[in-house]
Amino acid sequence: MSQVGTEASPLRVAVVGAGPTGFYTTDYLLKQDRLIVEVDMFERLPTPFGLVRYGVAPDHQKIKSVTKVYDRIAQNPRFRFFGNVELGKQISLADLRNHYHQIIFTTGAQSDRRLGIPGEDLEGSVPATEFVAWYNGHPDYRDYQVDLSCEHVVVIGVGNVAMDVARILCRTPEELAVTDIADYALEALTASKVKHVTIVGRRGPAQAAFTTPEIKELGELADTEAIVLADEAELDPLSQSALASGSDRSTAKKVEIIQSYVERKPTEKSRTLTLRFLVSPIELIGDETGRVAAVRLAKNELYATDAGSLRSRQTDEVETVPAGLVFRSIGYRGIPLEGVPFYENWGVILNKEGRVIDPNSQTAVIGEYTAGWIKRGPSGIIGTNKPDALETVTHMLADAEAGATLNPSDACADTAAAFVAQRQPRFISYDDWLKLDEMELSRGEAQGRPRVKFTSVEEMLAAIGK
Amino acid sequence: MNVRQILAKKGINVITIRPDRQIREAVTLMSRHHIGALVVVNSDGNPVGIISERDIVRRAAEDEALFGLEVQDIMTSDLVIGVPQDDISSVAQTMTKKRFRHLPIVENGDLVGIISIGDILKAERDQYLGEIDTLETKIQAESSQPE
Repeated sequence: MSQVGTEASPLRVAVVGAGPTGFYTTDYLLKQDRLIVEVDMFERLPTPFGLVRYGVAPDHQKIKSVTKVYDRIAQNPRFRFFGNVELGKQISLADLRNHYHQIIFTTGAQSDRRLGIPGEDLEGSVPATEFVAWYNGHPDYRDYQVDLSCEHVVVIGVGNVAMDVARILCRTPEELAVTDIADYALEALTASKVKHVTIVGRRGPAQAAFTTPEIKELGELADTEAIVLADEAELDPLSQSALASGSDRSTAKKVEIIQSYVERKPTEKSRTLTLRFLVSPIELIGDETGRVAAVRLAKNELYATDAGSLRSRQTDEVETVPAGLVFRSIGYRGIPLEGVPFYENWGVILNKEGRVIDPNSQTAVIGEYTAGWIKRGPSGIIGTNKPDALETVTHMLADAEAGATLNPSDACADTAAAFVAQRQPRFISYDDWLKLDEMELSRGEAQGRPRVKFTSVEEMLAAIGK
Repeated sequence: MNVRQILAKKGINVITIRPDRQIREAVTLMSRHHIGALVVVNSDGNPVGIISERDIVRRAAEDEALFGLEVQDIMTSDLVIGVPQDDISSVAQTMTKKRFRHLPIVENGDLVGIISIGDILKAERDQYLGEIDTLETKIQAESSQPE
């Protein structure tokens, strides 16, 4: 095979998944000057940006502005976007191998982890990730039904997703109306009867995964009082000494804010948001109709592992709290792609620094790579995917220079595009997306909102005449 | 951030050695795989010790014939073992305090990986880089659309 990565024979790369990692990968591939690279990005939804569009909470618009960076990346003439094209549906892995020298999977973590406790599947017990997708107008979830007619909601988990869900449930209609939340969600949340939201974390305040700005934000809600129980805010001796010995100022700050909520009492505000620590759900209890009615919680204590981290274990002390709705938010989880080695235990593609690894030979699968959450699991924030993508791209370029790529039968950009158009005539190009974006923004402007999203694929395709 | 996120991109193939192998073999394995320590496992695959560059250097200073010794003669058998759920910041503190640089990780009884202090530094650096980038994005958003 002749050298790839030249003007005559560019290195052709397929990026599967249009979230932040897909864009950072593209950026690193296109802005280096060792090889000439062409990138085609495939996305199963018509719209790019993954969890920035469908995960980041609608009241966090500043973070969403990171898409301006992605827009700039997409302007590179060696980049093309094929939205509404799904791997395993309209195109297969074999098809990609026929048209590209390298394939990189940046599909993220699309499903949720389960609690593994009795009652988990009762009606009214739902993954927080589905609720998030619903209020963000994800086309797969627009018909999702969430019953907000109850007074008590329990959110299980203390990560950023749990915080988002609790906050969205506690925002006033006025606070939500200035966001790009889906119209139907705004309507449903305006009619919500929810009065008390409880977030439960199995470890203590010093181990909570949420960040300082997020906990601070809970204390600043217009019509909801944030409350922490005094005995749960108090640090146990192990956490105290861990904080005292380290130079972990951000955790110290976080704990300080949590403790400042202890003094707060229910006021004239209409809702309460209670943060509970050192409790684990052990059972969801249903009513006679099979709907969740309460959560049984066990009190936890902390112990130190050999390696020094503080884990929780249940004690005999148990309590029951009312809950007409339970959101399970103990983490996202990747789902396998057909034909791509997957490590089930951790929900990631089996890889070594981004090179996909064959489980039998333990060697790299030539031409296949991964980055982002499907590579390392759901951790960090949007920007964390940048160094992660760079690590993989470094190996992609080194492998390409060493001649270790796939050997596509047809590595031509035009025939690849023709092939995609034949398999999915209604694919969305980046220009199509920019038109949709413009329409959403102007619909938003008319209502004094940042944007009003299209929430169904058909609606999007119709809007751009496809 | 926990240990699992570091392990997830290291593959699941852990380079191990048996206690009765020679130091010569341990050195060859470390060199070939560019690693600084080997987990020593018994015939059931259970970790019984760890042998690191430091163990070898320390012994080499006093015994030039060390290559013919067995791994079990110089390995550290007082082994700290981690789990994938261990917090990275806690592991970093423990490594500094107890002065060791490699932590074997066991999940459901199986050895699934080894974390070095270098892995931890890299993970923490990437986390900070990510935070800086996200903060910059927020600041740019604030300056471009004053509220």
